[in-house]
Amino acid sequence: MEHSLLFNALIYLLAAVIAVPVAKKLGLGAVLGYLLAGIAIGPWGLGLISEVDDILHFSAFGVVLLLFLIGLELDPKRLWSLRQPIFGWGGAQVGLVTLALFVLGIALDVDWHTALIAALGLSLSSTAIALATVGERNLMATPAGSASFAILLFQDMAAIPMIAIVPLLGANSAAAAGHGWTGAAKIVGVIIALVIGGRYLIRPILRIIANTGMREIFTAFALLLVIAIGLLMQWVGMSMALGTFLAGVLLADSEYRHALETDLEPFKGLLLGLFFIAVGMSVDFGIFRAQPWVVLGLVTAFLSIKTLLLYLLAKSFGIPRGQQALFAFLLSQGGEFAFVVFGAAATANVFSAEISSLLVVAVALSMLATPLLLLFYDRVLAPRHRAEKNRPDERIEPQDNPVIIAGFGRFGQIIGRLLHANRIGVTVLDHDPDQIDLLRKFGLKVFYGDATRIDLLTVAGAAKARALVVAIDEVADSLALVDAVREAFPALPIFARARNVTHYYELMDRGVMVLERETFEAALQLGRQVLHQLGFGAFEARQAAMKFRKHNIKTLLAVYPFYKDQKQMVSMAKQARDELREMFSRDAQLHNGESRDGWD
Amino acid sequence: MTSSPNIIVILAHASLHHSRVNRRLAQAAKALSNVTVHDLYENYPDFDIDMQREQALLASADLVVVQHPIQWYSMPSLLKEWFDVVLEYGWAYGEGGNALKGKSYWLVASTGGASDTYRTDGMHQHSFSTFLPAQEQTARLCGMTWIPPHIFHGAHQADIVSLDQHVATYVEQLETYPHWPAKHGT
Repeated sequence: MEHSLLFNALIYLLAAVIAVPVAKKLGLGAVLGYLLAGIAIGPWGLGLISEVDDILHFSAFGVVLLLFLIGLELDPKRLWSLRQPIFGWGGAQVGLVTLALFVLGIALDVDWHTALIAALGLSLSSTAIALATVGERNLMATPAGSASFAILLFQDMAAIPMIAIVPLLGANSAAAAGHGWTGAAKIVGVIIALVIGGRYLIRPILRIIANTGMREIFTAFALLLVIAIGLLMQWVGMSMALGTFLAGVLLADSEYRHALETDLEPFKGLLLGLFFIAVGMSVDFGIFRAQPWVVLGLVTAFLSIKTLLLYLLAKSFGIPRGQQALFAFLLSQGGEFAFVVFGAAATANVFSAEISSLLVVAVALSMLATPLLLLFYDRVLAPRHRAEKNRPDERIEPQDNPVIIAGFGRFGQIIGRLLHANRIGVTVLDHDPDQIDLLRKFGLKVFYGDATRIDLLTVAGAAKARALVVAIDEVADSLALVDAVREAFPALPIFARARNVTHYYELMDRGVMVLERETFEAALQLGRQVLHQLGFGAFEARQAAMKFRKHNIKTLLAVYPFYKDQKQMVSMAKQARDELREMFSRDAQLHNGESRDGWD
Repeated sequence: MTSSPNIIVILAHASLHHSRVNRRLAQAAKALSNVTVHDLYENYPDFDIDMQREQALLASADLVVVQHPIQWYSMPSLLKEWFDVVLEYGWAYGEGGNALKGKSYWLVASTGGASDTYRTDGMHQHSFSTFLPAQEQTARLCGMTWIPPHIFHGAHQADIVSLDQHVATYVEQLETYPHWPAKHGT
C-alpha cells in the first residue's frame, strides 16, 4: 500500500493514543500497549503499514536518545563507581546465559555455529523495554533497577564484538578479516575525540546557541548532536546507543544538562513508542503459523533458562528477595541487538534466512511476554511476598502506648520523633521494613504490617490508645484505615495527614476532625520567607502568612459543600481544577490593606 | 574607661516600616559603631526567644537601651515575653543573679498622644511617668541603673523638625555615653 508520510504518522499516533491509555487502564503498562498497537496496525493485523523494517530501523533511534538521556544523569564519577556491576554482573549474565543456551543448542543437535550465535544474541536483553519499564515504575534507585541498568550497559558494549565476530563464523569469513586492529584504533580515536570535543567544542557551542535565545535552534542542535555522535559511532562500528551514552556522560556536569533533557525527552518518548510499535509489527505471524510449536518451544526454552539464571544470579548481585523475580523478568526478553546479530549472521551465511527470522520472531514474542510476566509479578508474586513478610507481625505483643502512628515515612517520622522527644510512647505500623531496626533501637515499637487490618490495630492497642495518627502515603489505604477505625474503634481520635484537597475532603466525609494538608504548612513557611526577602519585616511576613492561612482554611471549608455537590458527577481532575479556581477567586477577595498602624 | 562603651538597643516594634519615630531612631543608632540594634520582632517573629543568645547579648553590653512604642500604657507583647524569658531567676535577679548588675537601663519610647494628654485633666488622666514604675523597678531589681527615659510624645502629629531634633539628641547621647551633662544624670 502506498501511503504518505503524514498518513503513516496518523496511523501510528492514532494507534498509540488508543492502545496505550487502554493498556494503562487495564494495568498492562505502556510498553505492552505499544506492542499491541503495533500488532494491530502491522502486516499481520489490519495491514495498514508495510515498511516495518524501515520503521524499526528509524525508531531504534529512540533507544539511542534514551541512552543519551541516561548518560546525562550519570557523571563519570558515578559511572566509575558502577564498574563492578557493569563488568562483573554484566559479564556473568551474558557469559552464563550464552553458555547455557549454547549447551542446550548442542544437546538438541544444532550446528555449533548456529547455536553459538543464537545463544549470544538471545543472551542480550532489550534496553528499550527494560529501561522504559524501570522508568515507568520508578525503579532506578532500587537494587533491581540499578543492577538491570548496569547489565544492560554491559550488553550494549558486548554487542559490538558479537556483531564483529559473526562474519568470522560464516562461509565467506575472509571478507571480514583484517578489520580488527584498525577498527579498534578507530574506536579508541573516536572516544578520545569525544572526550576532548565534549569539553572544548560541544560546550562552547551549546553556550553560543543558548545565548541566541532561540529555543527551537537549541532543540535542533541537541538532536543534531545526538544524531551526529550516533552516526560517528556507527561508522567506527560501535553501538550507536553506547556511543551516545558516553556523550551523555561527558555532558552530565554541563550547565545545559537540564535544557538538553527537557528538549530531548519528548522525542525519546515518541521514538521509543514507535520502536515498540515497530517491534509489534515485526512479529512474523507467518512463521508462527507455519511452525507454531517450534516457535513456542524456542521462546519458552530461552525465556525460562534466561529467567532462571537471572533469578539465581540476582541474589549474588545483592538484590533483595522481594525484587529478585522482578529483576529476572525485567531482563528476560531478547533485545533489539539480537535483530542486528541475527541479521548479520544471515548476511554472512552463518545460517539461513529462515533460521534468522525464526529467531527474530522468538525475540519479538519474548518482548511481548515481558509485560505479561511483569503483570504476573505484580498480581501474584509481589502480594505473596508482602504477605510472607507480614506474617511475623501476627505475633506481636499487645501494646498500650498512648499514640499509634500508621505510616512511618517522612511525614509520620516527624510526628514520631516529636512525640518521642517528649517521652510519649509511640507504636508504629508500617509495611516498609527499612529502618525498622534503628527505630527499635531507640525504643519505638515498630511493626510491619498493613495498618488497615483490624487485628493488627487491636494488638497495637487501638482500644486504649488516645490518638491515632494516619500518616500513610497512599490515599486509598489512608481512607480504608479511617473507615476501619471508625467502625471498630469509634472512640479513638484520628489525626490525619491529607495528601491533597480532595483527600482532605474525603477525610472530612468520614468525620475526621483534625487533619493537615501535608504540603500546606511547609509552603506557607517558605512563602513567608519569600515575603521577608522582598522587604516585609519578619513579623509582618508571619502576620501575612497567618492571615492567608486563616483565609485559606476558611475557604477550604467553604468550598467543601461545592465538592460534595460535584463529587458524583465530575472527574477527579476536573474537580481539583474547579476547587483551585474557586480558591483563587476567593483569594482575590482577601483584602490586604494596612494591617496595623496604631503604634508609631 | 578607654574603649567606647558597648551599647545594645533592644528594639520592639511589630511593624517597623510603618513607623516614623522608631524607625528613624533605630536607623540612627545602627550607624554608630559601638551600638548594636537588636530587633526583637525581626529575630523572633514566632515569639520563640533564644534565652541564651539574649543573655549573652545583654552580658556583653554596658548600656541597655530598651526602645519601643508605648502600647496600651505598656510595652509591645513580644518585649514582655522577652523580659519573661530572658531575665531569669538566678541570672538577672535573685540568688546569684548578678549578670546585669552595674549596667545601665535607658528607656527610649514614643507615644501617639501629645504630652498634654498625659495629665490628670487630659485624655489619659495620669501623668506619663505614672506608667513607668513597672519597667523602672524591673531594672532596679536586676541591679541596673535607671536613666531617665527619652520619650517622644505625639508621634502621630509630630512635625519633621521636632522629630529631627529628637533623633539628633538621641544620637548625641549615644555617642557621648556615659559622659553626659549633669541634667541627664540622676
